[in-house]
Amino acid sequence: MFDYDPYLRLSKFPLIWCAGCGDGIILKALIRAIHKVGLTQDNTCLVSGIGCSSRLTGYMDFNTLHTTHGRALTFATGVKMARPELNVIVVTGDGDATAIGGNHFIHAARRNIDMTVLIFNNFIYGMTGGQVSPTTPRGKKGSTAPYGSFENTFNISGLAEAAGASFVARTTVANATQVELYIKKAIEKKGFSLVEIMTQCPTAFGRRNRLGAAVDMLRSFAENSVSISKARSMTAEELEDKIVTGVLVDTDRPECREEYQKLIESVRQS
Amino acid sequence: MPRFCDCRYFAQTRDATRKLGVRSGSENQDGTVEMNVDSKTRVITGNEACAEGAVVAGMRFYAGYPITPSSEIAEILSYELPRRGGVFIQMEDEIASMGAIIGASLTGAKSMTATSGPGFSLMQENIGYAAMAEVPCVIVNVMRGGPSTGLPTLPSQGDVMQARWGTHGDHPIIVLAPFSVAETYEMTIRAFNLAEQFRTPVILLLDEIIGHVNEKVRLPEKSAIKIIDRIKPNNSPQDYLPYQHTGSGVPPMANFGEGYRYHVTGLAHDETGFPTNSSEEIEKLLDRLHKKIDRKRDEIVEVETYLMDDARIGIVSYGSSGRSSRSAVRLAREAGIKAGLLRLKTIWPFADKEIKKLGSGIRHWIVPELNLGQIAHEVEWATGSRVPVTKINRVDGNPISPLDIVEIIKRVN
Repeated sequence: MFDYDPYLRLSKFPLIWCAGCGDGIILKALIRAIHKVGLTQDNTCLVSGIGCSSRLTGYMDFNTLHTTHGRALTFATGVKMARPELNVIVVTGDGDATAIGGNHFIHAARRNIDMTVLIFNNFIYGMTGGQVSPTTPRGKKGSTAPYGSFENTFNISGLAEAAGASFVARTTVANATQVELYIKKAIEKKGFSLVEIMTQCPTAFGRRNRLGAAVDMLRSFAENSVSISKARSMTAEELEDKIVTGVLVDTDRPECREEYQKLIESVRQS
Repeated sequence: MPRFCDCRYFAQTRDATRKLGVRSGSENQDGTVEMNVDSKTRVITGNEACAEGAVVAGMRFYAGYPITPSSEIAEILSYELPRRGGVFIQMEDEIASMGAIIGASLTGAKSMTATSGPGFSLMQENIGYAAMAEVPCVIVNVMRGGPSTGLPTLPSQGDVMQARWGTHGDHPIIVLAPFSVAETYEMTIRAFNLAEQFRTPVILLLDEIIGHVNEKVRLPEKSAIKIIDRIKPNNSPQDYLPYQHTGSGVPPMANFGEGYRYHVTGLAHDETGFPTNSSEEIEKLLDRLHKKIDRKRDEIVEVETYLMDDARIGIVSYGSSGRSSRSAVRLAREAGIKAGLLRLKTIWPFADKEIKKLGSGIRHWIVPELNLGQIAHEVEWATGSRVPVTKINRVDGNPISPLDIVEIIKRVN
């Protein structure tokens, strides 16, 4: 049985998350991935923003930085640029990363700065009580959308790909093994690596939208997941309301801090 | 050159100055005119002095976003920092710039950003984070006219209150305001020293005049400059408390990546750095945050007096308005009026004690500033309204002329 304890600050337990929250599945998958890659706690920095997902950093026995709302990637950029030997992992949510922090998300991906970003996409602002987010599906209710959301949603992974991320994967907490695998691949990949993880918020999203208990939401993730290879042969209509999972992008592009190091060396020689 | 300015950008200004020769024989701060130009004398702007001072102070991380009238600071540092192995990065906005310098500082790099009014507004939330999480950093604001986009190329001193209270909640802050190019250099170094000593953000308020004016300077030798670095923990990582209630109020600071794993948050936290809802812990934290600055207030606050000993009319001013005030005092003295100047080198903490003590013989205060009276109110408070305070204000993008001040001196005399 895997021993999570060495990576945790057990004195900070119990977790702040509600019963049935999917974030704990990601926490455990992250620890397993870190263990498998072999990152050391001293040489790893976990950075988060504000929201339920971002409370993860407090429970992890690493260099941990819980920042302001939406700005985790900016703090992480400072950490990585100033001390490139640190492995940087950013933990954020759909509202944190793509609403208030959307601009930073685009630019961190564009720079292709070497960090792993986990977006916990639960389609809602959970911590503040269930307001709609940029990923709340049209028609679904939030505390600020009592008649259902009338807005279009972000395709987070598509956004990261377009902005220039070198690794993009999408999965759901219904497949914990895959979450672990993609986080591991993301950590191992040089450059900006995103894993978008769909996770359930039974308290603020499921309850309001009559999606059942946590287990029902997990089952729905599993039933609606379509692998990227299968999705390629499906029509847009068939893919509506489906979650396309898999490694969506895996490419090599110049990495920001390495390019800066080259610049330092070239100007120092001249 | 065996001096610290032995890099190309700064060398260019030195060479240019040499070619300028006697053309740089301008009036010094003390009223004398010095015509000799030797190899150590240069003509540079305040923005240049700021960039050079930062490098000398040990700054090795700069993140910023272009904005007039501060952009030269970024441009110079984009050239200089890579040559020294330091990091320059242009971020996507000022919010990101502020976040990046906090992140970098946590790894041990002395960090800075520079901006002007609109960008300074955007930085406010993260400035509060730096105050709460006690992350040393320097924020330069080359003030321009506001509100809003305002007057990008024209001077103002409209951000002195924003520098004090721009971020939400009660927080301590240190704000410095130089009045010359030479002083910009010294104060930039001091800003880093204070940031490191107190684990706090320090704001350097230039204004467009100070940022862009060309002045002759003789910068001190590096050996004559005192550099302060943050105190690192001397106990084991197991015993390390990142927010310990130490006697000085300033906890030792470990760098990320050096074996001291700890948690940093903008939430109210206890000595371990973790969020707390305990009223007792919250009170202890906020009390310490304020007291670490308050108890050293007398060391932090600096004023400069000019002909104050027998003065009956006192001027309180700062930054570029301090220059006009100095000339006005000299002109008033020539007219036989006992005027003096008390110039604020630190804006915050406020020099109330100094104004009371050094101004005991003053029967009328005059406060010239490029805003509608932000510091004048502080002077009224400091003097307990026992002495009349006359404001001289401009917000039209023009500096206050010495003659404008002389006219008021004569009127109240």
